[in-house]
Amino acid sequence: MNTYDYFEMAEDTAIGVAIRESLWLFPVIEAVHLLGLALLGGSVLMMVLRLMGLGLSNQSVREVLAQTSPWFNAALVIMFSTGIPLFLSEAIKCFYNDSFWVKMTGLGIGVVYVYLVQNPLIRRGVVSGEGVIGGDGVVGVSSSVVQKFMGLVLLVIWVTVAAAGRWIGFSG
Amino acid sequence: MSLLWFAEWLDTHEWSTALHESLWAYPIIESTHVLSIMWFVGTIIFVDLRLLGIYMTQTAVSEVTRRVLPWTVSGFVLTFVTGLLLFYAIPVRTYQSVFFRVKVIMLLVAFANILWFHYRLKVHQPEWDTRTKLPGNVRAAAMTSLSCWATVIVMGRMIAYNWFDCDRPQPDWVITLAGCVV
Repeated sequence: MNTYDYFEMAEDTAIGVAIRESLWLFPVIEAVHLLGLALLGGSVLMMVLRLMGLGLSNQSVREVLAQTSPWFNAALVIMFSTGIPLFLSEAIKCFYNDSFWVKMTGLGIGVVYVYLVQNPLIRRGVVSGEGVIGGDGVVGVSSSVVQKFMGLVLLVIWVTVAAAGRWIGFSG
Repeated sequence: MSLLWFAEWLDTHEWSTALHESLWAYPIIESTHVLSIMWFVGTIIFVDLRLLGIYMTQTAVSEVTRRVLPWTVSGFVLTFVTGLLLFYAIPVRTYQSVFFRVKVIMLLVAFANILWFHYRLKVHQPEWDTRTKLPGNVRAAAMTSLSCWATVIVMGRMIAYNWFDCDRPQPDWVITLAGCVV
């Protein structure tokens, strides 16, 4: 089986068929997907602003992460549980849609980056203005060059995912 | 008073038609609108979560609002400007959209809620600023804010669907709500 066959299988699933045949299922699921986007975007922005020293900068990066990551996780659950049904309802269209592939690539990079790179670096106290610091994770009020760079990376990845996601509806 | 004449007047503008039919400008403005919603509602969500006592509870409310709300406001400005342009591109149909009308009402409710918070509830802020669990009316304002913005987003997305458009056969209640000219 090649990739296209899997997309055809996705399109033929009961969920995909039900959404295609319904007048309101797609719009309703998509609206919830948008609400999840606001939560996801907000949780990304809270981290971006802190990393760049433009938001809650009197709190340590570690504390902002500890407070924000549960909401990021929740948003990601909403996005997957609505995004997958939306995909199943138009898998073939997605297959031929460049924006879909950009979004999926960005999403993969984003998930790997957040959970395997960013969060471990911050939780272990590696990211600070002074370089490696102790286990207390206190970072101080400023934002180091490394932090600013990490903020920029986080912003670019998720804005790309969101913009490419919106563009799926315009192209193809 | 009906503002239909105003929408119809906008519709006669060459720029309105050009924007609606543009290959790139309309989708780019539409995408900017969505991304700026993410920016503006995304940040307001976290201010509301602080007011609800489930986010950054070790940090004073005043500090969260001082640091975060400027971003919310700039995001709102961008959302509003792109929203006006989207309306300008398709004025008559949008004006007669039931979803758009509900959206505008919810925007006004959200705005009234902000005024209530700013001019009534914040008077007592020194008493609860650093608390985790805030007074009931403050939490109510936060819940109102979250509900309003969620409804605004959902209604905004639904404008794209033509179920209740005036150029289709509609029941009386839709004709009344949408202000269709029969």
